[in-house]
Amino acid sequence: MADTAKPKGGTARASASRRRNRKDTGIGNEKPETLLDYYRQMLFIRRFEERTGQAYTQARIGGYCHLNLGEEATVVGLMTALQERDYLFTNYRDHGYAIGKGMDPKRVMAELYGRVDGVSKGWGGSMHMYDTETRMLGGYGIVGGQLPLATGAALAVTYRGGDEVVMCQMGDGTTNIGAWHESLNIAKLWNLPVVFVVINNFTGMGTTVEMSSAEPELYKRGAAFRIEGERVDGRDVLAVRDTASRLVERAREEQTPFLLEAWSYRQKGHSVVDPAKYRTDEQRELARADENDPITIFDAQLTKAGVLTDDLRDEIAASVKAEVAEAADFAENSPKPDVSTLFDYTYATPVPNESRRMPADPVFAE
Amino acid sequence: MSVITYRQALRDTLRAEMVRDENVLVIGEEIGVFEGSYKITEGLLKEFGPRRVKDTPIAEEGFVGAAVGAAMLGLRPVVELMTINFSLIAIDQIINHAAKIYGMFGGQTSVPLVIRTPGGGGQQLGATHSQNIELFYSFIPGLKVMAPSTPAEASSMLRAAIRDDDPVLFLENLGLYNSKGEVPEDYAEPKNDNIATIGRAAVTREGSDITLIGYSRMATVATQVAEKLAEEDISVEVVDLRSLRPLDRQTFVDSVKKTGAAVICEDDWLTYGIGAEIAASIQEGAFDYLDAPVRRVAMAEVPMPYAKPLETAALPSVESISTAIKETLSAVGKRVG
Repeated sequence: MADTAKPKGGTARASASRRRNRKDTGIGNEKPETLLDYYRQMLFIRRFEERTGQAYTQARIGGYCHLNLGEEATVVGLMTALQERDYLFTNYRDHGYAIGKGMDPKRVMAELYGRVDGVSKGWGGSMHMYDTETRMLGGYGIVGGQLPLATGAALAVTYRGGDEVVMCQMGDGTTNIGAWHESLNIAKLWNLPVVFVVINNFTGMGTTVEMSSAEPELYKRGAAFRIEGERVDGRDVLAVRDTASRLVERAREEQTPFLLEAWSYRQKGHSVVDPAKYRTDEQRELARADENDPITIFDAQLTKAGVLTDDLRDEIAASVKAEVAEAADFAENSPKPDVSTLFDYTYATPVPNESRRMPADPVFAE
Repeated sequence: MSVITYRQALRDTLRAEMVRDENVLVIGEEIGVFEGSYKITEGLLKEFGPRRVKDTPIAEEGFVGAAVGAAMLGLRPVVELMTINFSLIAIDQIINHAAKIYGMFGGQTSVPLVIRTPGGGGQQLGATHSQNIELFYSFIPGLKVMAPSTPAEASSMLRAAIRDDDPVLFLENLGLYNSKGEVPEDYAEPKNDNIATIGRAAVTREGSDITLIGYSRMATVATQVAEKLAEEDISVEVVDLRSLRPLDRQTFVDSVKKTGAAVICEDDWLTYGIGAEIAASIQEGAFDYLDAPVRRVAMAEVPMPYAKPLETAALPSVESISTAIKETLSAVGKRVG
């Protein structure tokens, strides 16, 4: 097991002034347009999520709303590691992943607004982005719920002799629920090509990893199932991409599951409404520190390498801003679902005696 | 027609569907090498191999969820849960996932999954292995719940469940596996298109004095009650619900409109049980036709004891149902034999 880029001392104890413990990602060998593409994608997710938070506080978006702020490098690195034909399952912090896997951001925003043009036609909301075409198979709100599903999707792939890989994203808190243990065991037993990815932002809602996990070195927790695990600095888009790509391709080649832990800081509360008062001053500082901000980090790297100029930065910022505004406008103008569609999606196969009764209707309509 | 057991009807139909459709696979504990706790999957591993007959670890949430995920990609898994009691371990995957995925994502992906599982007390298995908790699943929109009571139904309903694109909880019963009944000669043919309609109840015996409603094992007990009371000149109409969700209310309401009285027999607990929904539906659909309050005969409200006299006393029986019927008829001044 490789232990790359370990956050020294875990959550609260990591020093804000610590230099990034990242091996040289070989930025000099990367094509500038590739790097700028990553930069733009990360910035897009940042601005998209900021707009989402704003729309939520304006009550344009309802329900729970969890943002990927601080996780942008992880999102882009992971999604870059997947082929188009690969499948993705995620938890409820899914907006960035949905966009990264290829969903139209306009339709992601429309889903947040609960409109008919949303990816799930307004039936899912923030936690339930889904799109068969781009093979992002949800967006799940129950912690751990996506793990058995991802395992079964990989079973279907191998059943048909396919070469797709399934990536299953989750948060650090998920490693303690039964579905984690059952799914990793089954995935290894049945030789399934799944890459389980734990996003370790050191906090499950307000509970730290140390408070919830007897083995807080989460990438080691595949050991009980003989699943190889690696840890990567989730603030570093290239490191995430490289590590994830290697594991995805190994899963494809070797037909076996892997575990990847990507750590980064959740910049804000668990969800938009959470002020994160449980955080210590030190934790708050870490979460907000520029040097833990993946976009600030990448910006500095690209600037230093001469890839990102002031003009380019302004140009990208302006185009991202325009595209996010376009997504919000699209969502705002998309129709709300008609009440007449309420019973459209209860069953895939029509069935006699399915109830289509509205709340005050009699059971036996004359 | 030939006469076979409920067990054989299930086993042969399952095999026929596996022959018919390459996408059908069976998943569960002890279904392969062990050939099934109740031998429904006997011979399948030998015939189809481990790719299509998947023995699992004891991990109901994990393998039921894996079946849901496989169904999302178009396979048609038939999961065996050793008993319905163990479905509680998998309930998050059944209720929060299998039942939600089609609707929650706007109809993009169906979940063509069958979960076969037996309920049933009366086997001296004690409190945790004798429950009838099909109500939990019958409560959930997005699920379909089927409860065959005869070998013929077991065959045509299992075929319907496997060919349906929605998740189906297929309720079997420990007390029925050895029961026998007539089935069509070609019931085990892969090309057989004798498919039951999900969502339909059936009047399985006509009568005029009172309607007796049951499902699964209690539907067969209801028939025994009707036969016994016929000897006393009481004419009982029997309705077998067959489908617990969707619920075919019209069939039993029409029956009650004809007879004017109803008794419901159920293996589950009375309070909030399946019978409560039936009774509520009858009062709404046949209020003016009722000559007596609707009676329910249900399991005593205790965790099922192991000791035989206690277990027997806790369960509805031909005698207790007959008594409830006579009391109901007596209350309305109808002749009691």
